Amino acid sequence: MLDTAFRGGRKYWILLGVWGLLILVGMAAYGRQLVEGLRITGMSQDVTWGLYIAQFTFLVGVAASAVMVVLPYYLHNYKAFGKMVILGEFLAISAVLMCMLFVFVDMGQPRRVLNVLLHPTLNSVMFWDFLVLGGYGIINFVVGAVTFDAERKGTPAPNWIKPLIYLSIPWAVSIHTVTAFLYSGLEARSFWMTAILAPRFLASAFASGPSLLIVLALILRKFTKFDPGKEAIQKLALIVTYAMVINVFFVGVELFSGLYSDMPHHVHAFEYLFVGLHGHAALTPWVWVGEALTVCCVVGLLIPNVRRQERYLAVLAVGVIIAIWIEKGVAMVVTGFIPSPLGRITEYAPTAPEIAITVGVYALGFFVLTVLYKIVVSVRERLEVI
Amino acid sequence: MGVNRRDFLKEAGSAALGVGCGLPLLGTACSAVSQEPHGAESSARQWAMVVDVEKCRSEEVRRVCTEACHVAHNVPAIPDPAEEIKWIWVEQYENVFPDQVHNKTAAFIRQTPVLVLCNHCDNPPCVRVCPTQATWKRDSDGIVMMDMHRCIGCRYCMAACPYGSRSFNWGDPREYIPTDENGRFPTDYPTRSKGVVEKCNFCAERLREGLQPACVEAVNQIPGGEGALTFGDLSDPESEVSRMLNETNTISRRVNLGTGPNVYYKV
Repeated sequence: MLDTAFRGGRKYWILLGVWGLLILVGMAAYGRQLVEGLRITGMSQDVTWGLYIAQFTFLVGVAASAVMVVLPYYLHNYKAFGKMVILGEFLAISAVLMCMLFVFVDMGQPRRVLNVLLHPTLNSVMFWDFLVLGGYGIINFVVGAVTFDAERKGTPAPNWIKPLIYLSIPWAVSIHTVTAFLYSGLEARSFWMTAILAPRFLASAFASGPSLLIVLALILRKFTKFDPGKEAIQKLALIVTYAMVINVFFVGVELFSGLYSDMPHHVHAFEYLFVGLHGHAALTPWVWVGEALTVCCVVGLLIPNVRRQERYLAVLAVGVIIAIWIEKGVAMVVTGFIPSPLGRITEYAPTAPEIAITVGVYALGFFVLTVLYKIVVSVRERLEVI
Repeated sequence: MGVNRRDFLKEAGSAALGVGCGLPLLGTACSAVSQEPHGAESSARQWAMVVDVEKCRSEEVRRVCTEACHVAHNVPAIPDPAEEIKWIWVEQYENVFPDQVHNKTAAFIRQTPVLVLCNHCDNPPCVRVCPTQATWKRDSDGIVMMDMHRCIGCRYCMAACPYGSRSFNWGDPREYIPTDENGRFPTDYPTRSKGVVEKCNFCAERLREGLQPACVEAVNQIPGGEGALTFGDLSDPESEVSRMLNETNTISRRVNLGTGPNVYYKV
């Protein structure tokens, strides 16, 4: 099965070459960060987390969203997801890998990162996040590999894998819940300290993850003989629609509490996001682009005739991914630090090496994803010939 | 209130353990209890400090405090505020006590310079979130300690601290520590490496020798600085800090958060 990863057409190798090149650029930048320290990033004493932790947060959602194909397929026996489910599981594996790497590159003392396991600290949410993320990666790898191998051989999957599959469903919910708890349990940061954060994270994850899956499925169909099926893609589109609408509702709920109560600590963060605070408005353009995309995508998705045309759906899916990425991967983390506990407004913008490292981590994730999907495609193509 | 937060968590945690053994998420609740990593003595002191805001109006007083601290701990002098390391420093009253000022508070009150440092809280959020116990509340005397060799530099404690009392070494701090003509650092206190978080340690190394914290000792030696900072053991009702808290009006920072600061301000 693995041999197929080493045999491919020109496009396959070019794609891997592009990822490889970006990985090298990222590694070079990371080398500089190792030598000089995190001062090469745009972070500061006031904004202590930036692009890295924001990408981690976004990608935990992508990883968790595999449950949106696993649950219908295994729990409800929804056959149309038969070919999609492995794509979801392998996407989760590469997303977990990227999550881990983003946390790793954010560490001031990366060589000591195993201290988290050497000195397990039950009261630290970060410890639990390590556990659930690592566990989720392993579960998805085992489930993906075992079920796919069985399918390749034309045999039913072994029975012992079933409990693991069922376990993966609540586990997926747990990874994004625990990730939200990283933020929502901090009395120092009123912007994050809201009970809606975990539900919001899940809703936005179930919009962005399946959107990414739609885009990947459409790409696979265009460039390979692998077709996850029109019905499967449409079902994903429906899932994205529901999740996106629920996400908008959750955002509205949060805005209401913050703005109607008119409590300064709550209002300041939203002011900073939407109109700028005391002349500081670095994120405002991003946020408005995100909001505009959200509205357009929700409207487009809600109209069945638009959603059902795949060329429109592709655009909508990309729109959802960007909108959620802005929400989680740009705005959510940084705004928690503004204003600082001492009332200072320090803005944040990532530096060039920071962006290079970020792109490098994404490239590594997509390298792994490309190889995994290549194996899937090759095996399927062979199966269909027989 | 009869039940403090930790006891509540302890109770809730035991209950959670009983109900859902092995459920990892419930475990987080109960584990707030297990904070005894670094051994402890039985004598439970609680060091505390009282800052006299009026006496700290003098620039000289504030300068002496910060300088004594920075020399004692080889604190780097980094000019860029984005990277500046802070142990004891000055902030404006309105930012230190945001809940104590109102729309009509006079400007001279708002802008009063106030010395701030780590509060060595009773219920420190930084300790709660640290994934490696690199920061912990010492049972013997209530100091919130830092282990620079265990810290992985994740900066979770900085997100959790409601006082901005923690600084991260974004680069190598040693480049910014003033040295003498032989290239030696001011004291033997261990310098830090890049990539770890640091903060005020209430001069744990001096207390061990029976000395007062550097800032307290220094400020009480200059004219006009007597009593600007008072340091002592809160568990001892006869101590100077206990007496001051009993007899004068003191406040502490952001009390509503429930962290229980042990730095008090006489206003």
